[in-house]
Amino acid sequence: MENQLRSYSDIVGESYDSEGVPTDTSSDQVDIETTILKIYKKFEKSASLDPELPLLFRKSHSSILKNWLNGLPKSYECLDASRTWLVYWILHSLWLLNDMPDAEILSHTVKFISKCQHEEGGYGGGPGQFPHLGTTYAAVNALSIIGTDEAYDSINRSSLQKFLWTVRAVDGSFALHKGGEHDIRGAYCAISIAKITNIYTDALFDKTAEWIVGCQTYEGGFAGCPGMEAHGGYAFCGLASLALLNRTTLCDVDALLRWCVNRQMRVEGGFQGRTNKLVDGCYSFWQGAAFPIISAILSKESKEMIETVFFNQGALQEYIITCCQANGGGLIDKPGKYRDIYHTCYTLSGLSVAQHGTGLEDAFIVGAPDNELNKVHPLHNVAPHLVYNAVHYFIRHPPPVKDKN
Amino acid sequence: MYDSDSDIGWTFYKDRPEWKDITPVPEDDGPNPVVVIAHSEKFEDVYDYFRAVLQKNEKSERVLQLTKDAVELNPANYTVWQYRRDILKALGTDLRSELDYVESVIKHSPKNYQVWHHRRVLVEWLQDPSQELELTGDALLQDPKNYHAWQHRQWAMKTFGLYGKEMEFVENLIKEDVRNNSAWNQRYFVVNNHFGWSDMNVQKEICYAMEKIKFVKNNESAWNYLRGVMLHDKRGISGNAVVTSFCEELYNNKCRSPYLLAFIIDICDDAIKKGESSSFHGADRAIELCHALATKYDKIRSKYWNYIGEKFKKLKKEQEDQQNNTETEEN
Ligand SMILES: [Zn+2]
Repeated sequence: MENQLRSYSDIVGESYDSEGVPTDTSSDQVDIETTILKIYKKFEKSASLDPELPLLFRKSHSSILKNWLNGLPKSYECLDASRTWLVYWILHSLWLLNDMPDAEILSHTVKFISKCQHEEGGYGGGPGQFPHLGTTYAAVNALSIIGTDEAYDSINRSSLQKFLWTVRAVDGSFALHKGGEHDIRGAYCAISIAKITNIYTDALFDKTAEWIVGCQTYEGGFAGCPGMEAHGGYAFCGLASLALLNRTTLCDVDALLRWCVNRQMRVEGGFQGRTNKLVDGCYSFWQGAAFPIISAILSKESKEMIETVFFNQGALQEYIITCCQANGGGLIDKPGKYRDIYHTCYTLSGLSVAQHGTGLEDAFIVGAPDNELNKVHPLHNVAPHLVYNAVHYFIRHPPPVKDKN
Repeated sequence: MYDSDSDIGWTFYKDRPEWKDITPVPEDDGPNPVVVIAHSEKFEDVYDYFRAVLQKNEKSERVLQLTKDAVELNPANYTVWQYRRDILKALGTDLRSELDYVESVIKHSPKNYQVWHHRRVLVEWLQDPSQELELTGDALLQDPKNYHAWQHRQWAMKTFGLYGKEMEFVENLIKEDVRNNSAWNQRYFVVNNHFGWSDMNVQKEICYAMEKIKFVKNNESAWNYLRGVMLHDKRGISGNAVVTSFCEELYNNKCRSPYLLAFIIDICDDAIKKGESSSFHGADRAIELCHALATKYDKIRSKYWNYIGEKFKKLKKEQEDQQNNTETEEN
């Protein structure tokens, strides 16, 4: 079926029915739907006057992102151990908006990220902090986005590989840092890092795919660790990991697809992270990016699947553009929440996935044509050609030390 | 994150005589840093001293105190927590008081990876899980879907075999909010890890899920649980007469919940795969239901339902081709 936008009366007809049994879950859901229906109603009125709506406020997002890259207020103290994340989120958002900082700032950024590199390998959340898989993933992605020889050469890949070995457990899972917690994020970050920087070896990820598959739940999604509840962020980690390892046949793709499509909210149009939870802009990416990956898997059996997008791209774009833009720039989880850098990055990333689908069919842009964002690689959440450039640079420059095994 | 009132009477480390021997180390961001966070004077002071002792690898009582201040300013700083554990080990500190301490931090920051991990390591060191069910129970009282709390609870239960009263706990949460998917997941966890999927338990859980579906029909959590449980039913999703008639009764009573229709489609699918399809549970019915979902009852997922519908159309064609083949052979 063709991509079409929903009318307000269609949307209202989808409203939640508590069936006379109100609970915390249902009243939270009814509240958010009330808020969002008001926004959609108002939007339909203004859209009838201007077909260019809804409009993505590119300029204000770009300008606040550039301010953030420069410096952040005291309220960001809680992210003092996630500064490479901040860099990645900001640069990737600016890339999506096609408004990258100039070469000098990017070179400064490379030097700052180098300050976060630990002598034992990997990157900490800030200078002098212990290396951590999450902040290392963010650093490697940020450097791939910058994409200069200076950026690539700043990574000490032999110590990075040693670091990955120190956080690997015998069962194939990964701890986020030495002495830290093990969960599916660790596995995903390690695989993504190893693939991009070409330090991947089979031995390093022995049993990892099997461990990850143990996280697929009876609902079809993946949990943070075996036994837990299926969750959007972890489902992305699980699926992207298996895809990067070329082991997707281990998991139940049909069940995963069913779980993923069911996370799209019938009124809001955005995604929830878990069954019976509320919509949240950041899952636009975590859930949204699962679809092109699933299409690619299914296309191995039947070719036409590569152009099949299983979610409602229009509804997701509508949610993001009309409900998730903060005044003065930046994007948000849901109406009523404050903007933050994490939600700005993943909501924009999700918008890009909603526009480009599997990346092979024509883009479907809701609102002004100028709303179109750059494409992302669904497995790494970095532009596809930037992933390619980094991977090939590192293939041409093999690491000085081979794997210990 | 804590109220700034506690800053009254605060003495900076740089003004403390007992810290005179330490030269503070400011953050080394380089000449042209990015994402520079504006820190309070207190934050800067505490972390300047933390960096200094970390560099010197000092593991002492006073550093233990310092890590407390550092963690209070940013409970997500995993380096501080890790170093604190290194000190606890080196000093042989009383871990009981550490348990109390981390409990108080968890109360303030219940959605933080580091605090729960710290708790877990302490419980491992002490080999004493006696307070974990209560601690996580309290956190779940505040937020019944707190992922960290559930994860810690599952770990403690699995590691120390604490399944005894969990069914009751889950039961109460589901009674409180039948849509709480985390509670349903926990129910699955308990059966899966403790009671096991004996025929009797499978039937019991099927009945439980059906009862909850009767109560609230459009509750995805209960439907997902029913499907999950039936994965353990040897007769398959189409082979249980109680469930199929339950679904048909709902359907005949005009229930058009997308979860019900999707479930009937699964029954059709299973029946076809087992070569037991009927006019009632076969490809035609599935195709019709997919169409109804795509165009009326679950429009947001129309692309998905069209895709599933197409799969059944293919199956139907295969079935017909097969039939034609056998007929030609017979002729
Ligand atoms: Zn979010």
